[in-house]
Amino acid sequence: MTALAKLFRTTAFKIVAAYLLIFSLFALGVVFYLARHTQQLVVSQITETVDLEVRNLSEQYGIGGIRRLVNVVEQRASQPGSNLYMVTTYSGDALAGNIVDMPASVLQNEGWSEITYRHSEAGNAAKESRALVHVVSLPGGFRLLVGRDFEERDRLRQILAQPARWAVVLIVVMGVAGGIFVARRVLQRIDSMTATNERIMAGDLSGRLAVTGSGDEFDRLANSLNAMLERIEALMSGLKQVSDNIAHDLKTPLTRLRNRTEEALRSAKSETDYRAALESTIEESDGLIRTFDALLMIARAEAGEARHGMTDFDANDVAKSVVELYEPLAEEKGLRLAADIDGPLPVHGSRELVGQALANLVDNAIKYGATGRPGDKNEIRVATHRENGSALLTVADHGRGIAAEDRGRAVERFVRLEPSRSRPGVGLGLSLASAVARLHGGELRLEDNSPGLRVTLALPAQSGEGA
Amino acid sequence: MRLLVVEDDREAAAYLRKALREAGHICEIAYDGEEGYALALDGEFDVFVIDRMLPKRDGLSLVSEVRKRGVRTPVLILSALGQVDDRVTGLRAGGDDYLSKPYAFSELLARIEALARRIAPQAADTVYKIGDLELDRLAHRVSRSGQEIPLQPREFRLLEYLMRHAGQVVTRTMLLENVWDYHFDPQTNVIDVHVSRLRSKIDKGFDRPLLHTVRGAGYMIRDGAR
Repeated sequence: MTALAKLFRTTAFKIVAAYLLIFSLFALGVVFYLARHTQQLVVSQITETVDLEVRNLSEQYGIGGIRRLVNVVEQRASQPGSNLYMVTTYSGDALAGNIVDMPASVLQNEGWSEITYRHSEAGNAAKESRALVHVVSLPGGFRLLVGRDFEERDRLRQILAQPARWAVVLIVVMGVAGGIFVARRVLQRIDSMTATNERIMAGDLSGRLAVTGSGDEFDRLANSLNAMLERIEALMSGLKQVSDNIAHDLKTPLTRLRNRTEEALRSAKSETDYRAALESTIEESDGLIRTFDALLMIARAEAGEARHGMTDFDANDVAKSVVELYEPLAEEKGLRLAADIDGPLPVHGSRELVGQALANLVDNAIKYGATGRPGDKNEIRVATHRENGSALLTVADHGRGIAAEDRGRAVERFVRLEPSRSRPGVGLGLSLASAVARLHGGELRLEDNSPGLRVTLALPAQSGEGA
Repeated sequence: MRLLVVEDDREAAAYLRKALREAGHICEIAYDGEEGYALALDGEFDVFVIDRMLPKRDGLSLVSEVRKRGVRTPVLILSALGQVDDRVTGLRAGGDDYLSKPYAFSELLARIEALARRIAPQAADTVYKIGDLELDRLAHRVSRSGQEIPLQPREFRLLEYLMRHAGQVVTRTMLLENVWDYHFDPQTNVIDVHVSRLRSKIDKGFDRPLLHTVRGAGYMIRDGAR
């Protein structure tokens, strides 16, 4: 493509062209309007002057008859100016006046007309001019013509035309300049956005679009794109973290699994040995599958993919069924699982995921919430209530809790706060609960239950009836 | 039982055929959706086991097409997609149960047997009887040797499900799905604790245990004398 064709294709060029067209049309319109108006004004002034003169001369005729009229006309006609006079007899012979050559028919028609004539004064004789004339017939068959040259109007037109031309030129120049300026400004920002975008697409996810702070459309666009980039970056870093963690937390059991199998091949003596090795292999792979499922679930919840399967359900039903599901297990571990649940608590979302999130929290509380020391308050309390439009599902234990500085980290995937990882679990429970909360537009709060941990799954409540 | 397995992975299919045969079932295999469709319409089968992603014709469209033709055979959908909404779309297409890969064979077998039983007439009975254990579904009453056993509502539903599938292995996930209506993996042995509670109520004090643990698979209720 040639450079010129490229230029024609740019938005800048199109904007400038549109600007120019609009400005020129507007300027021309203004000039024409002005010209027309002044012209009308001049013509109406001419008409007035001529009318006055006709009335005046008619009066003179009335006072002193044709002789006096001829005298007056001759006197006035000889004065410099653009007034035209002519007095004729009924047959059309001129008695006085300053017009030499004009169509004879003019005098036949009374009233107003425009004529082309020659002035009687020397020097001007050759020049044809146009004038507006008024013809009246006087008593006695005489005819009087009074008129005024258009010279004045033409001069005025010239006076107007010159600056108008300049004005049009000026407006066009201004239009082009303004157009270029606006287009450049707009397009520069778009171009810079494009450039930033390309850099980001090339892999620099930390890049952000510039915000000028003026709060204009571009700032708004940049802000919303930046928010999007923020989210993408968070997702990407989450993804990276996950892949790092997968590398660690899936490879470790895989290594274990492989080692055990190898070991069995090498040193197993009896069928019992082989059986034991195979059973532990299945157990290990089941653990891997579980971890994998949990990861997929989190990834889906975080991507917001489960959103289309959402329904209205009662969070209290879920809480009750989870408590009921875990109550025997808690009891077996010497914990009391108390429920503080009443009335319906309508929520819009995925019953399944909320149930799973809450089950994870209760499961965690059962695993970590018991100090095991007799005399300690070995109780886990599951409570639900509504607060400022949020449905709060709280699981509180009296275990060792999580230190304040570790709470943020606790919801990350695979983070188990004991470095030894001696206790069961894959460290995905809280991050799943947190992902579920965010999927529903809520949040997961970890607080001190002094002693112990209080985890709250806050979901936006439905403003349902009976809540 | 005659089973139709539609599975494109030949190794997995061969494994299934062998394992199902060992469990006493006759198994026909189709390796793609079209073949599966033809067999499903022609053959006499008790259960279809259909993989969700198949060459030529997708598993879900196979199921819904077969259903449109009026075939009522129970369908178990197998899928590598195991999330809640995948399950929902699978069941909506006309599947009766959904099992995500990878699965334990015991789980698959238990589900196949449960599906075959689903259409059996006794599912509609109002009173289930196993040995001297009776469960009245309408009166919500359970008794053993004429002696009434009080049960919590959830324990009742647990026992009801086990008794409906009496003589069959019922897995933990089947219980979680059918009694609690949750489809996630509870990670811990929550179900075991519920079952052992139930067992202490119905078996304790009687000579013959009825609720058995099937190692590596799940639970089964049956009259030990059978």
